[in-house]
This record gives sequence, C-alpha cells and structure tokens, in this order.
Amino acid sequence: MTRTDQIFSRLSWAIGLATAAFLMLPIVITVVVSFSASPVYTLPPPDWSLRWYEALQRKSGLVEAVILSLNLAVLSTAISLALGTAAAIAVARGQFPGRAGVGTFVVSPLMMPGLVLGVAMLQFFRDIGLRDAYWSLLLAHVVITLPFVMRTLLAAMGSFDFSMIDAARTLGMSYPKAIAKVLIPNLAPAYLTGGLFAFLASMDNYPISIFLTDAWNKTLPIKMLQYLEEQPDPSIAAMSTGLILLAIVVLAIGARTVGLNRMIQG
Amino acid sequence: MTELRHAISGTPPRPIRSPIDKIALLAAPGLLYLAVLYAIPLLLLLLQSFRSEDGGITLDAYTSFFAESYNLEVLLRTLRVAFLTTLLSLAIAYPTAIAMNRAKGVWLTVFLVAMVLPMSLGVVVKAFAWSILFRSNGALNQTMEFIGLIDAPIRMLFTETALVVGAANVFLPFMVLPIYAVLRQQDEALQHAAASLGAGPIFRFFNVSLPLTLPGIVAGAAFVFSMSISMYVIPSLIVGETQQTLPMLIARSFLYLRNEQLGSTISAILLIIAIVVVLSSSFLAARLGAKE
Repeated sequence: MTRTDQIFSRLSWAIGLATAAFLMLPIVITVVVSFSASPVYTLPPPDWSLRWYEALQRKSGLVEAVILSLNLAVLSTAISLALGTAAAIAVARGQFPGRAGVGTFVVSPLMMPGLVLGVAMLQFFRDIGLRDAYWSLLLAHVVITLPFVMRTLLAAMGSFDFSMIDAARTLGMSYPKAIAKVLIPNLAPAYLTGGLFAFLASMDNYPISIFLTDAWNKTLPIKMLQYLEEQPDPSIAAMSTGLILLAIVVLAIGARTVGLNRMIQG
Repeated sequence: MTELRHAISGTPPRPIRSPIDKIALLAAPGLLYLAVLYAIPLLLLLLQSFRSEDGGITLDAYTSFFAESYNLEVLLRTLRVAFLTTLLSLAIAYPTAIAMNRAKGVWLTVFLVAMVLPMSLGVVVKAFAWSILFRSNGALNQTMEFIGLIDAPIRMLFTETALVVGAANVFLPFMVLPIYAVLRQQDEALQHAAASLGAGPIFRFFNVSLPLTLPGIVAGAAFVFSMSISMYVIPSLIVGETQQTLPMLIARSFLYLRNEQLGSTISAILLIIAIVVVLSSSFLAARLGAKE
C-alpha cells in the first residue's frame, strides 16, 4: 500500500463512521426526547421522566390508528407475497414477450411520486364508485408493498435452481405443492426481507394514504403528523421509542436466522 | 432452414414453444392488479390534464401553470433540492460503501444496523427529530456555538440547506446499498492488477473502480432523485409553508384550496418528471450493462 492508498482508506473509514452516526442521529434524538421531563424539546433535557409514556394512554385515537396501520400492513404484505410469488415465477420461468419489461413495470411504483399516486387513486376510486375508506386504503397499500416484494423475489428466483421443482414433481408432488414445499422454504431469506421492507413501507406511508382516509380511518403516520401539528409534546417520541424497540427485536431475530447482510441484500 | 443453420454452427436448436406458456399465466393476477389500480389511474390523471372543458385536447392547464412565475419558482426549487440531495447523498454514500465493503465482524454489523434501523423510525418522526435539531435554540446551534464555529445562533430551520440535509439523512440508505452491492461483487484482484502495473490510486479510482460501480451509482441516484422530487412530509416539517415544493402545492390545492384542476395539473407535471427519471435511468443502466 502506498501512502495515498492509506490516506484514501482512512478517509473512507472516517466518512463511513460519520455516516453511521449521522443515520442514527434521529433515533438518538427521539429516544432522548421521549425521556425528557420538559414539554418543549430542549436538548439535552433539563430532567428525566416517564411522563410521556403515561401520556400515551390519554391520546385519543392513537390505539385505533396503530391497529389500522398494523391491519393494513399485514394484509397488504400477505396479498403482495401471494401475487408476487406467482408473478416472479412467471418472469423467471415463463416464456412470453416483454418478460424483462414486466420486471421494470412491477417495481416502478417505487419511483412514482406518492402524492400523485394518491390523487390518481382517489379520482379513480371516485369514478368507479368505491367510497369505503378502509377498502380504498387496502387496495392502495397492495400497490405500495408489491414492488418491495417483487424486487427481492425477482432477484432471488433469478438464481434459484428450478430443476429442484422438476425433481419434486417427478417424485409426485403437484406444482403448487412443489412451490410451497420446495421453492418457498429455499427462498425464505428473500421472503423475510421482501416482506419486512413491504411491511415497513406500508406502516410508514403518508402521501398515498392521506388522500384515501376519512374521519374514522386514520393511519398511524397521518395521526402522528396531526398530533405534531396540533399539540407537539414528546409523547409521539415515546411511542416511536416503543416502535424502535420492536424493530430491534425483529432485526435481532432476522440477524440470527438469516444474517443481516443477506437480509439487506435480499 | 434454421435446423440447417444450427447443424452447421453446432449449437443445439432451441426448443420450440408457443410464445406464451402456462407458467406465464402466473404473472396475470399481479399484472392485472397493477394495471387496474396503478397504471390506469395514472393514465387517466395524465389524460385528464390535456382535456379541455368541451372535451377536446388542450395544453391550457400547462400554459396557465407555467405563465405564473411563482409556479416556475416552485418547480425550480423542487428540482434544485432534489439535485442537491442526490449530490450530497452520493458524496457521503460512496466512501461509506467503500468502508462497508472493507468492514468485517462487529464493524460490518454497525454499518448494516445504521442502514436498516432508521427505517423503523417513520419518516414523520425522523423529519420531526431534524426540526428539533435545526431550531435556533436547538442542539446543533448550541454545539456549534460551544466549539466556537459560530458566535450567535444561526437560522437553520426553514432553510433549503436544512431540507437537503434532512432529506439526505432519510434517503441515504437507498444510495449506499446499491453501491455497496456492486462493490461486493467486484474482484479485489483487479485493484492489485492495476496497482502492480503502476497505476496510482487516483488513476485506479477513475479507470477501474468508478466505471465498475457506475450501475450502482445510477440506480441509487435515480432512486434518491425520484424520492426527493416527491417528498412531502420532510419539507412540510423542516421548511414549512414558506418555501413550497411541487408535492406541497399538490397537497395544498387538494386538501386546503379544494382546487382539483390545479392539483391535477401539478400532479401530471410531477408524474412526467418521475417517468423521465425512470426511463432515462433504465436506459443508462441498460447501456452500462451492455458495455460490460
């Protein structure tokens, strides 16, 4: 290694570690603020307390928002995994014109502006006479989650050896059974990763949901922004700290079963 | 004829199949779903923006949008913020991806956790955390004053710089991970080969590393740029109403002004920009792929 090499290497390490700190900064602030005794956000907090965790119980509509968001995230991820598995098998194994284009098309909602999708869906649902907020939200959240599932499944199936499916069928399994017993267990990491990112994307979606909610169906991000605009006290930070804890548990399980690197690379 | 050609060239004839087979039908439910609930609504939105009141085709909505200098200002700001966010993200992400690629054991875990854990914090809370930091009595100002970087608190909240920093913080993983993915596939021996042939580190970077990582850069930049032009929550919490962007104008015209005509036009403009970004990035990616 020459001197310049060493300088380059040290520089990339320094920037890399600074980036890691930069990325973690909002988490640190949220956790610190949640334990602050002060209702305004002074950093560092003048004193520590758990009062914002107690205040959470008195927030009206918060529990309903969490339940609605979880409901939408779980259902839309499950539907996307089913639709995505079928579509990814078709792209990996099927013969039809425009196969490569299909991959681009199903991942493209990821790069479309959320608000524009929300507007377009709002107008479309109105045109076809769908007025129910819950069903509008669920239909829309499948569009949000499907690209995340497809991206990882397409990559995973690209390197899956489909002769294993043929072998299972020779041994007497039906095609759907071979998929369930051979393909899905083999691609478990991809399912875990795609499912996790899809779930998080649904939980976190604001721009599409804002056009489809009504007074009774408000998702968690919408409710949180509303609280922050109306009464910005640290109880939102307290709830976020709870969600961070949950994420740490999920990540730890994922890291033990799949490995972090494989999880992220899909 | 084709059989003959295969016999001569020695390659086995490809099995003749019908253009669509049974397995291809598995794509139908997903494609149909996206066609009905994603493609058609967007298409209708786009078509509607060209429709005049008597049912003809017109560009009126666009000409009246671009006639107002305020709208142009907003469009330019949106593009500028997205461009700066992409640039800042790339400048931070590239060295980070290199460090990640060399990291092992605990350090690799630190990097990976830093990439993924923040995703569990919703964008609403993340943007709010940044607005706390940027306040004039906030931690950032106090720290800079303490170490003597500034004499008096400077205004950071409600500035474009704050918006770019906050946005880069949220979108950074989407730039780092694609670059990290291509770096991981790179053969270290290439670097050593170039070095042993006498190439200096700077020459090696521009002639070996950079060309090989370009697909990752293109993917990451397209991602960050398209997310930056469409972000809504981050600017509304960090810059507020004073400096509008296109998505904020859309939300305002629909949710507060109840001016659907204007909202639809701006939506169509933002959609066209996003489609151009997607198409040009996939064109670039295809060209880069073809070169290899």
